[in-house]
Amino acid sequence: MKILVCISKTPDTTAKIAFTQNNTKFASDGVQWIINPYDEWYALVRAIELKEKDASTTVDLITVGAADTEPIIRKALAIGGDSAIRVNADSHDPFYIASQIAEVAKQGGYDLIFTGKETIDYNGSAIGGMVAELLDLPYVSLATKFDLAGSTATIVRETEGGEETNEVSLPLVVSCQKGVAEQRIPNMKGIMSARTKPLKVEEPAAVEALTSVVSFELPPAKAGVKLVPADNPAELIRLLHEEARVF
Amino acid sequence: MSVLIFIDHSEGQIKKSSLEALSYGSALAAQLGTTAEGILLGTVSADLPALGKYGIKKIHQASQDSLNALDAQVYAKIIADAATATGATVLVFSNNFSGKAIAPRVSVRLKAGLVTGAVALPETSNGFVVKKNVFSGKAFAHIGLSSPIKVIALNPNSYAIKEGEGTAEIAPLSVSAPASRVKVTNATVASGEVPLTEAELVVSGGRGLKGPENWGLVEDLAKALGAATACSRPVADAHWRPHHEHVGQTGIAIAPNLYIAIGISGAIQHLAGVNRSKVIVVINKDPEAPFFKAADYGIVGDAFEVVPKMTEAVKKLKGIA
Ligand SMILES: Cc1cc2nc3c(=O)[nH]c(=O)nc-3n(C[C@H](O)[C@H](O)[C@H](O)COP(=O)(O)OP(=O)(O)OC[C@H]3O[C@@H](n4cnc5c(N)ncnc54)[C@H](O)[C@@H]3O)c2cc1C
Ligand SMILES: Nc1ncnc2c1ncn2[C@@H]1O[C@H](COP(=O)(O)O)[C@@H](O)[C@H]1O
Repeated sequence: MKILVCISKTPDTTAKIAFTQNNTKFASDGVQWIINPYDEWYALVRAIELKEKDASTTVDLITVGAADTEPIIRKALAIGGDSAIRVNADSHDPFYIASQIAEVAKQGGYDLIFTGKETIDYNGSAIGGMVAELLDLPYVSLATKFDLAGSTATIVRETEGGEETNEVSLPLVVSCQKGVAEQRIPNMKGIMSARTKPLKVEEPAAVEALTSVVSFELPPAKAGVKLVPADNPAELIRLLHEEARVF
Repeated sequence: MSVLIFIDHSEGQIKKSSLEALSYGSALAAQLGTTAEGILLGTVSADLPALGKYGIKKIHQASQDSLNALDAQVYAKIIADAATATGATVLVFSNNFSGKAIAPRVSVRLKAGLVTGAVALPETSNGFVVKKNVFSGKAFAHIGLSSPIKVIALNPNSYAIKEGEGTAEIAPLSVSAPASRVKVTNATVASGEVPLTEAELVVSGGRGLKGPENWGLVEDLAKALGAATACSRPVADAHWRPHHEHVGQTGIAIAPNLYIAIGISGAIQHLAGVNRSKVIVVINKDPEAPFFKAADYGIVGDAFEVVPKMTEAVKKLKGIA
């Protein structure tokens, strides 16, 4: 079986969010970059677990990004995975990114494509569905459990206030979130072997981006907290009712 | 040229987030000088023509029973075909679980630029620019769309429902629905409860509550307010509460009118899921808890003493014995 895991790069979850160049660029100075948590903890680890159960399985990683994504992809290789492909392009347009992934996936003939639930910077939650449509494959979004028996996947996915169990035949695209797997820390052996694992760089297919970031904006600062004495919770309720009028 | 809005339903009822999408799509149509129409797949018990009061003139309905189970691949084909047939140039979804599954597929079919997580009406005086949530609620981006057709997925609780007058005409949509490739073998919905993403009021508990046996505190206040309940990640990780209540960077992101955080420190990853709440209330015994910096109201005190008194005060105010 062949699995493709989509890996993206995001600022660390504690990074300060600020913008430069007239609010058109993310201020990346001093920012630590990480593998998008959903991609690392869930999508990648579940793929590795499937490989551990069936040695004939191969796990390839793909990222659409500039050369500065390579440390991220090396780290992903250190956690597991056999080889990686970097499509040399820098874009935030989901259609553009998904088209690049679909192009690589077509050539590789994958049985299973895993993405994360969403990137924690762009928050699109869109790439998986787009890749599936481009490849005319089923897509199960927001999986919390993924099991495989032969070529049939049994997947639990989150729905509005509940969950659903799906049975689907491969090939298939799945977006992964909490529950699918547990985070793994790369060990020394993994880190050493990652250095020599193949990382292929491909030039992007000619695809038109349909969206572009015009500018960024920070939310207005809060006015500050209004503290109510601990011996008078009724006053807090009064303020919420009469001043804030939230209920 | 028209605006086509996807109407999402479950258990025969139209979702609140779809009423927001209808109000948004109608306002956008007015802004563009065109009309707004809805599309609904499956059947509902709700009064469909009455949805005209949200500003739509027509609802395209494909009422096969088989369409009551949402299959994103099947839905996307029907919706994209309907958009082409009706000449829709903007499609509006709610950015809820259904929208996240369908909108990306529809946008590919129509080669339409996609913006998910929209929080405001597009700026259309010079191009077509949509404000969306990025960096997990810590910032916004203004995204320009250059394609002739555009797909927008509106974040729940970001646009107020607007009711006016009017009834919508129901236009039956005859479709040959392709067979679903996904077999749904089991589905559970916590019925009677407000889904967290749609809730206007949310009461949330953290590790400060010490253990699952103390959750009555949170539940009583939530019940008195008519609020949904949520929790921090360590609470869900320890199985004190179900996973679907976990809010934050790696949980779900919500934007209620009121978020009451009890015994939660306010770590940046937690804030990422709740900082779009309109009013934040923090109950924490530590005056240095970071959450107070993001709060509108707060009490520095012991939750076990403060929260029952809040519940009492709510009950008194509402006249509940
Ligand atoms: C990559 C990453 C992603 C993460 N994603 C999330 C996420 O999505 N959501 C999330 O919540 N966390 C997330 N976290 C974890 C986050 O960093 C915090 O560890 C977590 O939010 C802390 O939960 P807590 O506030 O319930 O517990 P604690 O930090 O232990 O805080 C408990 C609070 O309760 C207060 N308290 C104690 N007793 C009382 C009392 N009797 N009365 C009143 N107050 C009391 C304490 O003063 C303290 O402030 C993530 C972390 C990482 C690294
Ligand atoms: N540039 C990228 N390269 C590879 N995979 C990506 C990229 N961007 C997003 N993805 C994948 O798509 C998922 C959803 O991303 P998004 O739709 O941007 O929220 C992520 O969790 C990744 O698995």
